Amino acid sequence: MRFALNFSDLIPYWDVLAAGIAFTIVLTAVSTVAGVALGTACAWTRTFGPGWLGGLSRAYIELIRNTPFIVQLFFIFFGLPALGVKLNETTAAFLAMVINLGAYSAEIIRAGIQAVPKGHIEAGDSLAMSRLEIFRYIVLKQAFQKVYPALSSQIIIVMLGSSVVSQISAEDLTYAANFVQSRNFRAFEVYVVAAAIYLLLAIIARYILRGIGWLVFPRA
Amino acid sequence: MADFSIWVIFSNLLWATRWTVLLSLIAFVCGGMVGLFILFLRVSRVSVLEIITKIFIEFFQGTPLLMQLFLFFFGLALFGIQVSPWLAAGLALTLWTAAFLAEIWRGCVEAIPKGQWEASSSLAMSFIEQMRYVILPQAAKIAIAPTVGFSVQVVKGTALASIIGFVELTKAGTMLNNATFRPFLVYSMVALIYFCLCFPLSWFAKRLEGKSDVAAAR
Repeated sequence: MRFALNFSDLIPYWDVLAAGIAFTIVLTAVSTVAGVALGTACAWTRTFGPGWLGGLSRAYIELIRNTPFIVQLFFIFFGLPALGVKLNETTAAFLAMVINLGAYSAEIIRAGIQAVPKGHIEAGDSLAMSRLEIFRYIVLKQAFQKVYPALSSQIIIVMLGSSVVSQISAEDLTYAANFVQSRNFRAFEVYVVAAAIYLLLAIIARYILRGIGWLVFPRA
Repeated sequence: MADFSIWVIFSNLLWATRWTVLLSLIAFVCGGMVGLFILFLRVSRVSVLEIITKIFIEFFQGTPLLMQLFLFFFGLALFGIQVSPWLAAGLALTLWTAAFLAEIWRGCVEAIPKGQWEASSSLAMSFIEQMRYVILPQAAKIAIAPTVGFSVQVVKGTALASIIGFVELTKAGTMLNNATFRPFLVYSMVALIYFCLCFPLSWFAKRLEGKSDVAAAR
């Protein structure tokens, strides 16, 4: 069998792919910010918060970390409407991403919090800092500095995992690739291009996160 | 239309779980073997091999697993190979697992002090002998916990095979949902079964990590 790769059939669809790339980037950026915030809150409940709240976070974290993202996504998009919570595909995609990254980052940040020496917290106490000030200025800062590399790679993993949202027809890069391949039947070429774009996005994201790390934690 | 009781749905899902388990085992065992091979090339200090394996790992770690599945599913057909979901999913998951395990294990190999390499080479051991008798036995000890931890990712990764038509737990859930229109129930059960598969592995990995930390603290 002879087969010639033909990438020129993709050119008319560049705008579809560009829209997909934009969606993937926005989805990743928003869920990174919201997810890390959620993760920080959960990490707080597990270390300094009241016991019952910590238990609740633990259940949430374990549940999310031990089930596939696609099942979480289907549950939110198909399952929740049965309870009267109707979400469109874009909202469901954002929600699922935030919930997913929230659980993973909570576990990472908690590890960082627990690595903060007790003496530092006592020192803060002796300076008459409030609980919140101690958490914000002493614990969290060091914790983030310590786990920043792990958090960065988790963000990239979540960005790559976001390709799954195409399955509920949220219009990300994978959705765009599926769309193009259904029009011009150049499946392999489209997916090669899409995979290359994802690779590029992952590499760029790595550099951006490293740059942010340098800015925020100059000594590290 | 046949009546679907909760028990019928659950037993059907359980029956489909065997394919999730089987696919996970295939990916993990074959991926482990390929990963070990890649590890040897990666730390061989032959620059061509190192670059090739670096690109291999970068590709499989830097692109979505879903894309890899699509590429195998549509790409192999171009070579005139009849592609079944089994073949595409098995191959893609194996190579994906191999890339991640090779990278995890490389970290473990590099954690072994340089003196071990120098001592073994001063005993006139070849590269293979050094790896086999000196480096890997020590690296294996620290590799166990992250390797068990990664097996959870493999189990969760198999869920994506449902998208290319591989009937495992997630696909069975989708099919049952289409037949019963009870998505909340069906996907809760699917999630529960995945949890029962993954949680023991996560728990075990965490326990192993704790053990090695204690060992390191001494």
